[in-house]
Amino acid sequence: MTVRSSGSQPIQIEQDVVLARQMARKLAQECGMRLIDLTKLVTAVSELARNTMVYGGGGDMDWQILDEDARTGLRLVFRDEGPGILDIKLAMTDGWTSGSGLGLGLTGAKRLVEEFELDTEPGKGTRITITRWT
Amino acid sequence: MERIPILQMGNFLLVTIQVDMHDQLALTLQDDLSERISRTSARGVLIDISALDMVDSFIGRMIGTISGLSKIMDAQTVLVGMQPAVAITLVELGLTLPGVSTALNVERGMKLLQDRVREQ
Repeated sequence: MTVRSSGSQPIQIEQDVVLARQMARKLAQECGMRLIDLTKLVTAVSELARNTMVYGGGGDMDWQILDEDARTGLRLVFRDEGPGILDIKLAMTDGWTSGSGLGLGLTGAKRLVEEFELDTEPGKGTRITITRWT
Repeated sequence: MERIPILQMGNFLLVTIQVDMHDQLALTLQDDLSERISRTSARGVLIDISALDMVDSFIGRMIGTISGLSKIMDAQTVLVGMQPAVAITLVELGLTLPGVSTALNVERGMKLLQDRVREQ
């Protein structure tokens, strides 16, 4: 697996969530992703970027375009240094929210991508990695 | 402040969302619409999202709230123009928009609103 290109997008304010979505869309197009896959990915990005801003107190979205054999993938890492997720099982329950949302962000985002990895530690922050292959 | 325009056509209010909305903009639209329904005594609201290439849980919730509050204020809401990829994604996300009426395009949406208002 080789990294074709990489970069980072800060997520601090609401407008950054829009920028993260637009960045993901541009990158997914670069990867030649189909419209449906692209729409799913961009929607997942919107959910996760909002979580980074609202619950993580801001952070970054790191991106990588990957080449592996004949396929191309887009990997995105959402990381913050916020309070972390105390109860992962609860946070990954459909409809559960610690805030005012619908509780579909994390679980919904997981359903929308092929690879989803959650790494969190109370008091240290959260890191979510998602990947979608073409 | 940035706003999404609300047009009035007879008894109906029309909203066409054409920008990639940040959360505050969605909330402002929700407030503006409830205020306009009250001020104009509108009987129906048509929301056109054909230009939206993504609807996430936040926008989905806003659509549900608008539909619910307009119902309480004696107005009907119809959502029109959802792109197929957006519809597939919404269902997979777990958002099926219960209680929200939809139509494929503006023309059918207007007809649905007119029929509903006439029935009452």
